[in-house]
Amino acid sequence: METGSPREAGTAEPADTPDAGTREVNTPVTDIPDTPDTPGTRTVAGEPVWTGLPPGLLRMRRLLLVVWLGLFTLASGVVPALFAGPVWALCALPPLALLVWGWVMLGRNWRSWRYAERADDLLICRGVLWHEETVVPYGRMQLVEVTSGPVERHFGLASVQLHTAAAASDATIPGLDPAEAERLRDRLTELGEARSAGL
Amino acid sequence: MTASQEIRPESAPAGVRERRLHPVTPLRRAWAPVAVVIGWAVHDPDQVQRHVTRLTTTTLVAGLAVFLPAAALYGFLTWWVTRFAVTETELRIRTGLLFRRTAHIRLDRVQAIDVTQPLLARLLGVAKLKLDVIGTEDRDELAYLAVGEARALRAELLALAAGFAPQEAHEVGEAPSRELVRVPPRVLAVSLLLTGATWAMLIAATVVPTVLWWATDNLWTVAASSLPLLGAAVASSVGRFVGEYDWTLAESPDGLRIDHGLLDRAHETVPPGRVQAVRIVEPLLWRRLGWVRVELDVAGSSNSLLLPVAPREIAVSVVARVLPGVFVPGPAHLTPPPRRAARRLPVWWRGHGLAVVGGVFAARHGLLKRTLSLVPHAKVQSVRLTQGPWRRALRLADVHVDTGANTTVSARLRDADEAARLLHAQAERSRTGRRDALPDRWMA
Repeated sequence: METGSPREAGTAEPADTPDAGTREVNTPVTDIPDTPDTPGTRTVAGEPVWTGLPPGLLRMRRLLLVVWLGLFTLASGVVPALFAGPVWALCALPPLALLVWGWVMLGRNWRSWRYAERADDLLICRGVLWHEETVVPYGRMQLVEVTSGPVERHFGLASVQLHTAAAASDATIPGLDPAEAERLRDRLTELGEARSAGL
Repeated sequence: MTASQEIRPESAPAGVRERRLHPVTPLRRAWAPVAVVIGWAVHDPDQVQRHVTRLTTTTLVAGLAVFLPAAALYGFLTWWVTRFAVTETELRIRTGLLFRRTAHIRLDRVQAIDVTQPLLARLLGVAKLKLDVIGTEDRDELAYLAVGEARALRAELLALAAGFAPQEAHEVGEAPSRELVRVPPRVLAVSLLLTGATWAMLIAATVVPTVLWWATDNLWTVAASSLPLLGAAVASSVGRFVGEYDWTLAESPDGLRIDHGLLDRAHETVPPGRVQAVRIVEPLLWRRLGWVRVELDVAGSSNSLLLPVAPREIAVSVVARVLPGVFVPGPAHLTPPPRRAARRLPVWWRGHGLAVVGGVFAARHGLLKRTLSLVPHAKVQSVRLTQGPWRRALRLADVHVDTGANTTVSARLRDADEAARLLHAQAERSRTGRRDALPDRWMA
């Protein structure tokens, strides 16, 4: 199911300018009224306003893929060619095919990720082949985490992770712009406090 | 939401009366070094034998003269440094001889209170008390207290958690309880005899050693294989009977009371609004008798049984009391998955069913052993929809509902469009359901 192409949501394409992330930040916020629990909100909004992931994550993943599989392709082409004859350079073909396939898959997977902040809950959609859609009500959030590993930091990315009392419901939004991640964290925490419902 | 467990400065806060555990506690602690010695002996019998033959009477006496006082001192010191106190909002436990540990357990977050009495503790007239709060560990139990003190403490903690003022809480005493169900021993025994697992274990415990004896003629292999099997067989039959003997369910203003056990007695109190999910399990052989087992999920609690066996009507009325305002859907209310689900899960697809009525999300699964899981809308933590490639091809999807007790109830193999609608409708229902949920302090 090719749901959630970020183009529909008006987010940037990979080739876009790096400041694309900041531009899309404000779109969902303005659409959601701050008055809690207005009965009309949901029905007026109808379709939730989806936000895709900024292109940085795709860039990072593709770069990692090219670096590692590229090295492997090179090695599997050069080494047999040197020791067993030039025909054996064809050994590089399977890793190369894998690289191309991985390139396409990463793109599809990246496009499948999207999230929407609604009046009372957060929606996260992900996965192409194994599609998963999660709804986490703000009042149920116990903890909102912003994490960023060394590689992610280098690419200027951060992930937001939500925890509820149920371990199974943990929802993560990877590859966000750090500023957007922090904005999301603050907003989720604020909404969580306002609607806190506990267990 | 987790139990606040933080290390505070050692000094006791002013105005809080700290108490110690019952003086028999050191005896229990003194077992630790003995257990280590026994463990070592079992682990390496040859070496132990060599050591023992080398022992002379003098070294033995000298060893005991050192070992016994050391064990006694260790027991005494751990008892001495363990103290607890009840404040207006918390139960504080300070413990640890070398590594100090202070647990502050918030009473409004209490999910259940257990008072348990192992056999030896019953003979000595003492009991363990444990507060179930998400994040508490086994160490956070108060073991041991005098039985009367444990009961008084439980009453006080429940009164405080319910929202009584500290002065009142001390005098409120035990809330009166009304018995709902008592499982007769005969029914329990019959129900265990009609459980497939018991027989499977017993058969395995007799067949496997026989076959091995016939094949190998080696007594050791037979013993090594049959002992664990026999142990499992005993645990699943006699062990369960002893544990679930005299199962009594009572209702009180402080919530549900569950008492059970033949040798070890356990008394659990689950305050109102703490039950996250209930499962009604119907094993194949019980169906003719109309019996069911009822399981429950309480966050942070280890017990998951509400009723080991009961007639269906009684079980349904109990569930209605445990989850107020909840209607238990019968087979007629459940909608099965679409017919094409048979291509994903032949035969067994018929066992699945879903009903969203009367304030609950109810999903059934299993064909021979039917399990109906109920989650009140107000207890839903998150809702998820998953769809793999095979399900996509058949336009099917699964909807999962996560509860606060770390359990997930799934409605499998639903029509994809229905599942998408269900996902959003369920999120909406759980939001509105939460609004009129009971407060954490149920008497306030």
